[in-house]
Amino acid sequence: MPDLLIELFSEEIPARMQGKASADLQKLVTDGLVEAGLTYASAAAFATPRRLALSVEDLTATSQATREERKGPKVGAPDQAVSGFARGAGVDVANLEVRADKKGEVYFAVIEKPGRPAAEIIAEVLDKTVRNFPWPKSMRWGAGSLKWVRPLHSIICLLSDEAGAEVVPLEIDGIDAGAETQGHRFLNKGAIKVTGFEDYEAKLKQAHVYLRPEERAEMIWHDATNQAFAQGLEVVADPGLLAEVAGLVEWPVVLLGKIDETFLGLPPEVLQTSMKEHQKFFSVKDMSGKIVQFVTVANTETSDGGATILAGNQKVLFARLSDAKFFWENDLRVAKAGMDPWLDSLGNVTFHNKLGTQKDRVERIVALARELAPVVGADADEAAEAARVAKADLSSEMVYEFPELQGLMGRYYASNAGLSDAIAAAAEEHYSPLGPSDDVPTAPVSVAVALADKLDTLTGFWAIDEKPTGSKDPFALRRAALGVIRLVLENAERLNLAIFLIRAERSSRDDVLYSRMRKVDEDIGNLEYRIAGERNADIAEKLDETIAALKNERVELLNQLGGERAIESGLVPDLLSFFHDRLKVYLKDQGVRHDVIDACIAMPGNDDLTLLVKRAKALQATLETDDGENLIQGFKRANNILSQAEEKDGVSYEYGADPKFAEHDAERALFTALDEADRVIKPAMEAEDFGTAMAAMAELRGPIDAFFEGVQVNADNDIVRRNRLNLLSRIRSTCLAVADLTLING
Amino acid sequence: MAETPRSFQGIILALQSYWASKGCAVLQPYDMEVGAGTFHPATTLRALGSNPWAAAYVQPSRRPTDGRYGENPNRLQHYYQYQVIIKPSPPDLQALYLGSLEAIGIDASLHDIRFVEDDWESPTLGAWGLGWEVWCDGMEVSQFTYFQQVGGHDCHPVSGELTYGLERLAMYVLNVDHVMDMPFNDPQSPIPLTYGDVFKQTEEEYARWNFDVADTETLLQHFKDAEAECARILDQPAVDPKTGKTIVMAHPAYDQAIKASHVFNLLDARGVISVTERQAYIGRVRALTKACADAFVQTPAGGAAA
Repeated sequence: MPDLLIELFSEEIPARMQGKASADLQKLVTDGLVEAGLTYASAAAFATPRRLALSVEDLTATSQATREERKGPKVGAPDQAVSGFARGAGVDVANLEVRADKKGEVYFAVIEKPGRPAAEIIAEVLDKTVRNFPWPKSMRWGAGSLKWVRPLHSIICLLSDEAGAEVVPLEIDGIDAGAETQGHRFLNKGAIKVTGFEDYEAKLKQAHVYLRPEERAEMIWHDATNQAFAQGLEVVADPGLLAEVAGLVEWPVVLLGKIDETFLGLPPEVLQTSMKEHQKFFSVKDMSGKIVQFVTVANTETSDGGATILAGNQKVLFARLSDAKFFWENDLRVAKAGMDPWLDSLGNVTFHNKLGTQKDRVERIVALARELAPVVGADADEAAEAARVAKADLSSEMVYEFPELQGLMGRYYASNAGLSDAIAAAAEEHYSPLGPSDDVPTAPVSVAVALADKLDTLTGFWAIDEKPTGSKDPFALRRAALGVIRLVLENAERLNLAIFLIRAERSSRDDVLYSRMRKVDEDIGNLEYRIAGERNADIAEKLDETIAALKNERVELLNQLGGERAIESGLVPDLLSFFHDRLKVYLKDQGVRHDVIDACIAMPGNDDLTLLVKRAKALQATLETDDGENLIQGFKRANNILSQAEEKDGVSYEYGADPKFAEHDAERALFTALDEADRVIKPAMEAEDFGTAMAAMAELRGPIDAFFEGVQVNADNDIVRRNRLNLLSRIRSTCLAVADLTLING
Repeated sequence: MAETPRSFQGIILALQSYWASKGCAVLQPYDMEVGAGTFHPATTLRALGSNPWAAAYVQPSRRPTDGRYGENPNRLQHYYQYQVIIKPSPPDLQALYLGSLEAIGIDASLHDIRFVEDDWESPTLGAWGLGWEVWCDGMEVSQFTYFQQVGGHDCHPVSGELTYGLERLAMYVLNVDHVMDMPFNDPQSPIPLTYGDVFKQTEEEYARWNFDVADTETLLQHFKDAEAECARILDQPAVDPKTGKTIVMAHPAYDQAIKASHVFNLLDARGVISVTERQAYIGRVRALTKACADAFVQTPAGGAAA
């Protein structure tokens, strides 16, 4: 059985795309082969910077012949029906067979597909694969129309068995498949002719190409750690970087280089980020954990043992770090002087054109953080100061250069400005949590600023009606809401979100008006300038009208800003329900049922998320017990009977149940049980001990069941009936203490 | 192998003669302030349409935000790019490019030359392409791009574009640590001049002007004027009433787009453009270049039937 070797040789493939591309090649080709009726024993795909390769072993030499019979129209059916059937089956009308059926003579099509040679199938499959390859981004080149990740130069497509190797005849956009490839761009000259996969891999190695990415990665890591170890150093592990670097070289050569002493005073994150982002260097630390050297991986061997390459890399690093040092030192000067210029320049940076500048936003966050502070146990002044400087580093040169260092640099700069550790920490931590698995800050000042930041973002975008829709969430508002939820829950903060949302909304809306006002002023200025130079009277008149309209709007805006205005926008309830939706997703991941959450959201105080979740957890735990499950049945039964009676009678049975009208033991027992439950539930509710309250309710299950078993609620005696309905009402009000059980499924 | 150049200009001359020998028309710099060699109409406009094209040229380029008063070893607000554009991109463009490195003395048997993914995009030109930044021993020495779209038009055929950052490349070849110390002419000349002799003072002057002095009101006005003039030029009827000929003024209009783009860069350096405004400005410049590209493809050079 033959083996198949495919190589697609191109100009350099981006490192980050190689892994998926080799997997795609394997899947598309092998799926195609199997679909066409071939089988194979095993397949493996590989990538280097310049090639994708696929080896398929023990491929069947021809596909199975197939025979299919299809039943068609009756003989005598309209010609159109017959010819349509034949066309659909891919058979000539003349070749249709006539067979006797139960109802008469019927046409049959016999579709016979002979086995096809593997080569023919491979050619088709590879052509289709290349033309439809799922590159994240692909391109055209020259005057051709084929698309590939970078220009495709040659194709190996080779079937080989004991008898020898044969090229599969194939041509794609002017490229003929062959048996030749190229080795290393610099360390090998001339084409390499191969006879099969083993030969291919071996000859590539001779030509200075390691075909297997994991082999290259292992070599790099092995050599890097060995060289570092020999000097008493340790390479900082970075699997992402290792995979990337392995995709940048066909012949890895590890070189260990020194970082000039001038730069060792830079924050380690800056060193590491600069080296990794710009140069793809690994950081190497000494025993004290300080980054002192780097590892670079060259793609070639040189006669001087890499000395020129290393010197060059060191020089580049020197320049890069000079830049970083320049930024750091400039930034430190500003930081030590209190960061005022940065804070001012936030006023030149628009946050959103309808929501004002970053400075406006910072002012809103300061006000909100101050109010949140006492609630989360932070000092109000400290929280306000932390909010004031939290975004300062956005104006710094380092963050301009390395946006991923935002926050972290803020922490360094706040410290250098002489601010407290709590404020410095908040500068870094107030962005957190960024994702569902990101750590949540716990320091009170950080929590206050982080909450203020996110609540402001949410109310701001809600105020200008930029809510997330479907899969679109350009301002990451879902993430912000989840951040608030996690900050509150994981720190067990007790706060009524609605209060803070109302405050945040007010300042957001003020800034929306101010921003519009600034825009109106700017537009008036521009139009007046234009009108001054306008010679066409018609246009001038139109401009005049526009200016007049803008001036009217200005007056209107002034009135709105000046007057006391009630905000009845529905923003807060809408935003709260957005929070609740996010909370459902969050709790669902923790195994809390949807209906459980709904039942708790229906309770008062649902903007206190910690309280809400306490209810939900207690309810969920109860529902997981038999008693809980049955309690729901009992409760629902009571509630249904009661609701029907209330509807029918047009009254509500709310109080007045009296044990003296009880006629039945089960009835009396229920009174007692309810009294006992109330004795437990009341203090438990006051202590927000929902677990105990729910457990006490679950205890009612037995008495309720017994009641329904032994007692007819709708008794003939009206007094007895009314008393029983009032008793059901007691069940209802007791059971609704923790959550709205009517919303529980089942 | 050719003799290794000994000066900045030696490297420029070596590139000029190399690409001339490979059949490129050696053009001269465009006589306007641009941010990069790509803005030269020989690249931006000529990448459009079906006519074959091969050109190489030096383009003085300005990036006001990169000014460092001549103090940073390799950041300048005014620098030179070397630009090569060939349409359609030849199959051996990588080899041709490596030949140019050899011509300026970069020996591939001693250095580590790498093609590292870099998708090129110019929001102001409405252009994008795929390619690499080329690294020599970890130093980015060139941009290598296959243009896919310019001014919103798909490129058919595709142009291959090479851009060399001349100062950085030359510093590396000449083994100089600070750009200002780099020999501009041959160090053996009767009057040897360094890069600093030529440019140190201007870097200082422009850095001060770019960052702190340029009048933002005036610049904002320049921007609006260039925008208006560009639109006005393109609004003219295709047939010139005076000569009776069809003359679509793509290039004069494009000059205004270049002007607007540079003014925008200056405003950016003055720090008066916010993140969101940035997007708006970039969109306005893109609208101009797009309109110019639309006009160019109606001209004979743009491949329109004469």
